Amino acid sequence: MLQRVQSVHGAFVSQPVDRLEAGSTRSHLDERRRKGERLVLEDLHLSFGTRQVLRGLNLEVPAGQFLAIVGRSGVGKSTLMRLIVGLDRPTKGRVSIGGAAVEGVQRTVKLLFQDARLLPWQTVLSNVGIARTPGWRDKALEALRDVGLADRSNDWPAVLSGGQRQRVALARVLVGEPGVLLLDEPFGALDALTRSEMHGLLEKLWFRDGFTTVLITHDVAEAVALADRVVVMNEGRVTFDVDITVERPRRRSDVQLSALQDRILQGV
Amino acid sequence: MRFGQLPFRQAAAQVVPWFVPLAVLVIWELCARLGFIEARTLAAPSQVAVAFWASAKSGELGRNVVISFERAMLGLAIGGGLGFLLGVLTGVSRIAELLLDSGLQMLRNVPHLAIIPMVILWFGIDETAKIFLVAVGTFFPIYLNTYHGMRTIDRGLIEMAEVNGLGKFAIFRRVLLPGAMPSVLIGLRYALGIMWLTLIVAETISASSGIGYMTMNAREFLQTDIVVLGVLIYALLGKAADATTKLIEHRVLAWHPAYHASASTN
Ligand SMILES: Nc1ncnc2c1ncn2[C@@H]1O[C@H](COP(=O)(O)OP(=O)(O)OP(=O)(O)O)[C@@H](O)[C@H]1O
Ligand SMILES: [Mg+2]
Repeated sequence: MLQRVQSVHGAFVSQPVDRLEAGSTRSHLDERRRKGERLVLEDLHLSFGTRQVLRGLNLEVPAGQFLAIVGRSGVGKSTLMRLIVGLDRPTKGRVSIGGAAVEGVQRTVKLLFQDARLLPWQTVLSNVGIARTPGWRDKALEALRDVGLADRSNDWPAVLSGGQRQRVALARVLVGEPGVLLLDEPFGALDALTRSEMHGLLEKLWFRDGFTTVLITHDVAEAVALADRVVVMNEGRVTFDVDITVERPRRRSDVQLSALQDRILQGV
Repeated sequence: MRFGQLPFRQAAAQVVPWFVPLAVLVIWELCARLGFIEARTLAAPSQVAVAFWASAKSGELGRNVVISFERAMLGLAIGGGLGFLLGVLTGVSRIAELLLDSGLQMLRNVPHLAIIPMVILWFGIDETAKIFLVAVGTFFPIYLNTYHGMRTIDRGLIEMAEVNGLGKFAIFRRVLLPGAMPSVLIGLRYALGIMWLTLIVAETISASSGIGYMTMNAREFLQTDIVVLGVLIYALLGKAADATTKLIEHRVLAWHPAYHASASTN
């Protein structure tokens, strides 16, 4: 699936195979991005009772961009994801996707939760094809193949490991062919090796399918290694915004990346 | 479960549990034969066997078992069915919950056997009375457990289903209902226990057929062999009900980690 190269400093660097074959020029990358939708957040406000969580958040994510959001615990990152996907409504402001304002749950936006949220009473395959769209079996099997779990399609979720469950959840999201993929720290609970494997997988799929990606993470190193752009959330707003122009595939130990990481950490 | 790989040990594991019951039977029989136990107090096992054979041959036993079984199943179907439906309703709808739940929770504290005098007043001693009692008895465990099962489903799973585009009915069918199943089946088990208990009481108090009637009638004529037979039949019916729920659980909850091991060895 992926090749892994260990750098001098011991950090694992993912190298998507597709990527290496395809070369890594920007233009080529843009050409392959078909599914991405533009995401625009305008003056978002959200309060729970008297607690103001979002206070006029503005953010524009171009189609196909890989954005990472970092911010302190409790700053409202998960809340923001719930607004974008349409599970909650903002008190004020608006979310639009591909130019259309979000009303209710969005078909083109998919959210990967922090926990896998698989239905224990359905097999892996049925979980992946949960939406039961026409031809779901084939699509689900293909998505499972993408995440390297095709051979587990008839197992119950309870027998899978934590990392495998998250991969199944990722496959479920892929079946929906998202225009915007939101990831709310989905790999936070995994060990470092599995996490780095998941990063490689995510990067590969993003590169292949070109969905707009918003990844929430606590890990700034992870953010700069994966994203085209990193924003910092603070007190309900975006307070720091930086483009990561370092060529892919990236090495975790890259000096430019470390410098960016320091700048972002100061921003937080 | 296994004591070793040797066939002898496996065979022993099958046989050993029967030793004590067999010993009890032998001692019981001996006591009866030697006159330590009077026949009017307790019939000997051999007498019970003879009584079983006689009443089975005359068809009386079969008739009574069928009648009791029918009452039990009909009462369970009505009470359990209603309990399930109302449990689902209060489980999915806040309005139904507000409207019904606290009232039902209050009623639940009334021991259903306490209403027997009232039931006899209403329905006399005909079939309705017994079926009504069984229905009332089985309603509550199934209602409570269905409601509880629906309410305690992980909210996260419902959200996940929404995000993946499932409609209200699909969420009900694929998330709420299967999620509530373990709890519903616990309710069913309780209900089955209550079902037989209620029927025994109802049939001994007022009936002209059924196992309970058979034993009460035998008591009047001091036929302890028939009384013991009736008790044994109840035990067997209870055991059969339990085995049936176990079977249902294995099929319906095959996904549950608790059933994985047994599912793969069966
Ligand atoms: N349903 C709710 N009712 C009341 N307060 C809520 C609700 N959901 C979230 N909050 C509050 O909103 C704030 C932001 O929560 P959120 O879960 O978005 O944080 P987060 O940035 O995702 O944090 P973490 O990194 O720890 O996941 C918190 O103070 C939380 O207590
Ligand atoms: Mg969060």
